[in-house]
Amino acid sequence: MKGKVIVITSGKGGVGKTTTTANLGTALTMLGRRVVMVDTDIGLRNLDVVMGLENRIVFDIVDVVTGGTKLKQALIKDKRFEGLYLLPAAQTKEKTAVSPHQMKTLCNELKKEFDFVLVDCPAGIEQGFKNAISGADEAIVVAVPEVSSVRDADGIVGLLEAAGLNKNQLIINRIRPRMVKRGDMMDIEDMIDILSVDLLGVVPEDEIVIVSTNKGEPAVMDTSSRAGDAYRRIARRLNGEEVSMLPLNHSEGLMNKFRRMFKMASR
Amino acid sequence: MLRFLNRLFSRDRDKGGSKNVAMERLKLVLVHDRVNACPQLLEALKEDLIRVIREYIEIDETALDITFDSMENTVALVANIPVLKIKKGLV
Ligand SMILES: Nc1ncnc2c1ncn2[C@@H]1O[C@H](COP(=O)(O)OP(=O)(O)O)[C@@H](O)[C@H]1O
Ligand SMILES: [Mg+2]
Repeated sequence: MKGKVIVITSGKGGVGKTTTTANLGTALTMLGRRVVMVDTDIGLRNLDVVMGLENRIVFDIVDVVTGGTKLKQALIKDKRFEGLYLLPAAQTKEKTAVSPHQMKTLCNELKKEFDFVLVDCPAGIEQGFKNAISGADEAIVVAVPEVSSVRDADGIVGLLEAAGLNKNQLIINRIRPRMVKRGDMMDIEDMIDILSVDLLGVVPEDEIVIVSTNKGEPAVMDTSSRAGDAYRRIARRLNGEEVSMLPLNHSEGLMNKFRRMFKMASR
Repeated sequence: MLRFLNRLFSRDRDKGGSKNVAMERLKLVLVHDRVNACPQLLEALKEDLIRVIREYIEIDETALDITFDSMENTVALVANIPVLKIKKGLV
């Protein structure tokens, strides 16, 4: 078995890399795949708390790559989902505690055992970023519809290509259909046009993401969550299925109905 | 009341939305970012420009200057090329 290593990156911090890693990892195991999520944000680890696995950590990625600890010992098994594992980042070490070469070896090791190795990348473009992408086969670039995030995403795509990564797909996160509609937020076409990358999916702004993070249960576990639904659809695409893009305003059917009714009444 | 509701449900407000400003600013910023990420591009362009122009016009190559600038709603390549002499008898 030979899996795929996918790095989830963005340049800018706080746009949803960790949220995306947790949700796609969980959703892919719900589709029956074996997944390991690797947190490479050394010093600022978060994937463990987003997944609700923080109390289970004994060893971390630095323990593994510096030789002392066996990979099997450090991997945390998520008991809620068959085939889902987490390799946590170290919290008290420097980013330089791992080298790109060590990371590559680690990823090669992991993809023998798993269908998907999802690497949660730290913000920035320094050592942590270089480590995170060094073992990757492809990349998911996460961006929110704001000038600074799109700019960073463009820079990241350039760096990924320069590093020889040519399959880079975009996830647009935290889109707000209402703002798009009134012309105060870039829409999907605008962002694809500017960045000229392939679109993997669109995730709406959704309060449930915060609620689910509070509880340590990824949003995909909540079947009524719109963001969770979006992530489940993206996971199916990663799994090789053709899944259509939902129209952006699918949640605003009611508003449209009102608008039409009102137009008729005011004629 | 009618006017309020009309505004609430009106569709054609996106003309003046801040998104258009964002897009224009982004396009210009990215032109600069991409050029900076690859300085060879501008140098190569300069050399090629000089080579072509020299066929028709004598120019001051050392003072040639090219930059990117934002126009109305596009980005323009602006070249400032001091002319020394037009060649005779070409046409
Ligand atoms: N689609 C979304 N809707 C609402 N909040 C979101 C969404 N995606 C991310 N967030 C919130 O944004 C914050 C940053 O997300 P995170 O995944 O930690 O970003 P990163 O890993 O890129 O720094 C978190 O508080 C998260 O809950
Ligand atoms: Mg993060």
